[in-house]
Amino acid sequence: MLRQAFAIFAKDLASELRTRYAINALLMFVVVTLAVIMFSLVGETLSSGALTGMLWVVMFFAAMSGLSRSFVAEEERGTTMTLQLLATPMAVYLGKLLFNLLLVVALNVFIVLLFLLTMDQFTVLQPDLFWTVMLLGSLGIAAATAIIAAIIARANTKGTLFPVLSFPVLLPLLMAGISATKIAVEEPVWDNAWPELQMLASYIVVVTTVSFLLFDFVWKD
Amino acid sequence: MHVTAEAVSRRFNRRPVFADVSFTVSPGEVFGIVGRNGSGKSTLLRIVGGLLSPSSGTMRYSLNGTDVEGEKLHRHIGYVAPYLVLYEEFSAAENLALYARIRGRRLPDGAIEALLERVGLPTDRTDPIRAFSSGMKQRMRLLFAILHEPPLLLLDEPISNLDVDGMTVVYDIVEEYRRRGAVIIATNDAEDIARCDRTFRVEGHL
Repeated sequence: MLRQAFAIFAKDLASELRTRYAINALLMFVVVTLAVIMFSLVGETLSSGALTGMLWVVMFFAAMSGLSRSFVAEEERGTTMTLQLLATPMAVYLGKLLFNLLLVVALNVFIVLLFLLTMDQFTVLQPDLFWTVMLLGSLGIAAATAIIAAIIARANTKGTLFPVLSFPVLLPLLMAGISATKIAVEEPVWDNAWPELQMLASYIVVVTTVSFLLFDFVWKD
Repeated sequence: MHVTAEAVSRRFNRRPVFADVSFTVSPGEVFGIVGRNGSGKSTLLRIVGGLLSPSSGTMRYSLNGTDVEGEKLHRHIGYVAPYLVLYEEFSAAENLALYARIRGRRLPDGAIEALLERVGLPTDRTDPIRAFSSGMKQRMRLLFAILHEPPLLLLDEPISNLDVDGMTVVYDIVEEYRRRGAVIIATNDAEDIARCDRTFRVEGHL
């Protein structure tokens, strides 16, 4: 199954590098959003809490603009049946999850670096905690959006459904992520963030497990 | 491969497509599914291929006396249909290498060229298959179905879009897979039906 999953991951990566559907949409969204935020905040002083919230808003909506592509692209091209004939549902889910994971980690690293470069007021007291939260947040976003993308891929209004379904599912992750990021930005003590880190780790385990159990039903007719 | 359909019915929402379909297909057999347009031939073939679940009834498969369960079915089936879409952003050779990788098959040097030659496709084209004609895409679908040498070949309107040479390729493959396992063809074409040992008429609800 792992071999099949890596082959599907490699196929998605090669396809994305060739067509650039998701990458172009994501990069445009991130650059335009950060540019608008930067211009609108000239001369303003914002609290680190507000800037942290803004960072997560950009990360959330960037994920919404591109992460459904993995399954939606198969449905729009009509290749879902081809994939059903090639691999087990578990291998398909794992391959798509790996692709979403790579995309969201690369995307969030890009967003954070751009955010740090453009927002002078945004400084991080604990970079190691900050990047740990970013990594866990990315894992959680990838896990949740992979199964939601599979669910909405066959719907007519998939563009609307994806953020609408994703928001309540991602809400616990967003709350814990924002809280842990605030601690990394404002406080010099790692220990204060343990409850949030535990929450993020639990979220990833629960969402991934439920997704593995659900995917078989979602993938077949 | 033995295939058994027992009282299989399928409905989409409340609309019944067909009801109580039963048949068996044995190794060495070419079995035809015929019926009017809209009678559910393709739907029945998709159910046989494990791509759709029957609304009621059961499908059973066995290979050399061992039952084949649902999750492993795709390893033993080759499927060709006009509505099967391959990865059009990749070249023919890239598509075949991809299918082999996902199916865990190691293709020896020259195997891809040999496969392409077998169905009459050029071996030197590196452009994406979206540039292929509909007949060339149908030949690619044949390769998709036989690359892993499955014991059961499911063909839905297999000669659609094909010229005379392409039809010969299809019927050569049908004869080969009659010896290798079993073939099920959903068709209304007289040439296809002539190749079948038995046919089953689907009396669907139009």
